[in-house]
Amino acid sequence: MWRYGTVTALIDETPHAKTIELEVPDWPGHAAGQHVDVRLTADDGYQAQRSYSIASAPEEPRLALTVERIDDGEVSPYLTGELRLGDELELRGPIGGHFTWRADDDGPLLLIAGGSGLVPLMAMLRHRAARSSEVDARLLVSARSLDDALYRDELETLAASDGVLLHHTFTREPPVGWTGFARRIDADMLRAVGPSPTARPRIFVCGPTAFVERADDLLVELGHDPATIRSERFGPTGG
Amino acid sequence: MARISRGFHGRRPEVDPDRVPPGQYVTQDFPVLSAGPTPHTPLDEWSFSILGAVEKPVNWLWDEFKALPSETFTADIHCVTKWSKLDTTWTGVSLDTLLEQAEPKAKFVLAFCDGGYTTNVPLADLLGGRAWIAYEYDGQPLEPEHGGPARLLVPHLYFWKSAKWVRGIELHDHDEPGFWERYGYHNYGDPWKEQRYWND
Repeated sequence: MWRYGTVTALIDETPHAKTIELEVPDWPGHAAGQHVDVRLTADDGYQAQRSYSIASAPEEPRLALTVERIDDGEVSPYLTGELRLGDELELRGPIGGHFTWRADDDGPLLLIAGGSGLVPLMAMLRHRAARSSEVDARLLVSARSLDDALYRDELETLAASDGVLLHHTFTREPPVGWTGFARRIDADMLRAVGPSPTARPRIFVCGPTAFVERADDLLVELGHDPATIRSERFGPTGG
Repeated sequence: MARISRGFHGRRPEVDPDRVPPGQYVTQDFPVLSAGPTPHTPLDEWSFSILGAVEKPVNWLWDEFKALPSETFTADIHCVTKWSKLDTTWTGVSLDTLLEQAEPKAKFVLAFCDGGYTTNVPLADLLGGRAWIAYEYDGQPLEPEHGGPARLLVPHLYFWKSAKWVRGIELHDHDEPGFWERYGYHNYGDPWKEQRYWND
């Protein structure tokens, strides 16, 4: 079933990514980590569909999608460049029940994001905060530079006030004076972020395919049970 | 009838509607979708089994499997996440060849894989030269991230049915939904009917 959401806010997250807030009157609710299908229709009936992760917690009144612009894409340039307040967006969902976390699922929680792979993991952290969950939660975000890092202020707040252990690694252009990680993820980094495999964390990894393949392989090598690792890959291979 | 998305013109790529199902776009890439880490099973620990409601359960080790008569074939593949890839070339063993040896006694199949993934397919959809256990892509051993050493290939259904890292199939008297089918994806998954999710 396709529904219509009305755009109530458009937020620039980075130079390449925008959050679209939608009022969806008959939204049935979702679990953190799920996605929606978005369908665009041209005036001659031509349609294009893509899937986008939900960024908002189930508890929030508006549905939020954070969309990264892919320059040669067909749908993301429209969503990040053309969409205006008050426009209607056709969507379907929520979809997916594997890559989800509910506060009742407990933890500990290890979230690993490559680039815009942070979006569904952010829904989990927002859900954790909305439910005042005290589950041990650790987040490792890999981004090329500060310009590519989503939700930084909100993450700092969650780290300062809500007990989320936050790590960024900047792989291309670390900020001046940066003392944190500044390399591609590796075993030492994952060991430092923790928790150890003996704590049996629920692990969610989301990002470009090569990133997820690497993170998953490292986690398995470190001794994490593959059954505790849930992954979402996107984008072309070999890139 | 869908409402017009103001200002959307799309790219209207030239696609052949006889080859590209509705809602799909054609990609030259080969995207990877999997629910967890990529399993790496050494070939000397690999086998393929046909179990359950069959006259003769069968199990092939890697070398035995590779010695079975193989076919090289070209097919279009369609992922539920909207990409289609045309003219992909594979080498593998036809399910007709494999099932002939096991003599199925039931109509429902559940494929099982390293990593715990499962998917269900009606037996009829695996017969008649429409399904293979593929171990080469484009003349090369199948990459682990694409399901190597071997994956089920059922090109006429959405690609989640083409189970990666497949290790066998089980014949059942009753249909039993697999991994994604339990998470809201369509039980059958015909791309031409856009059977993406429950109720489609």
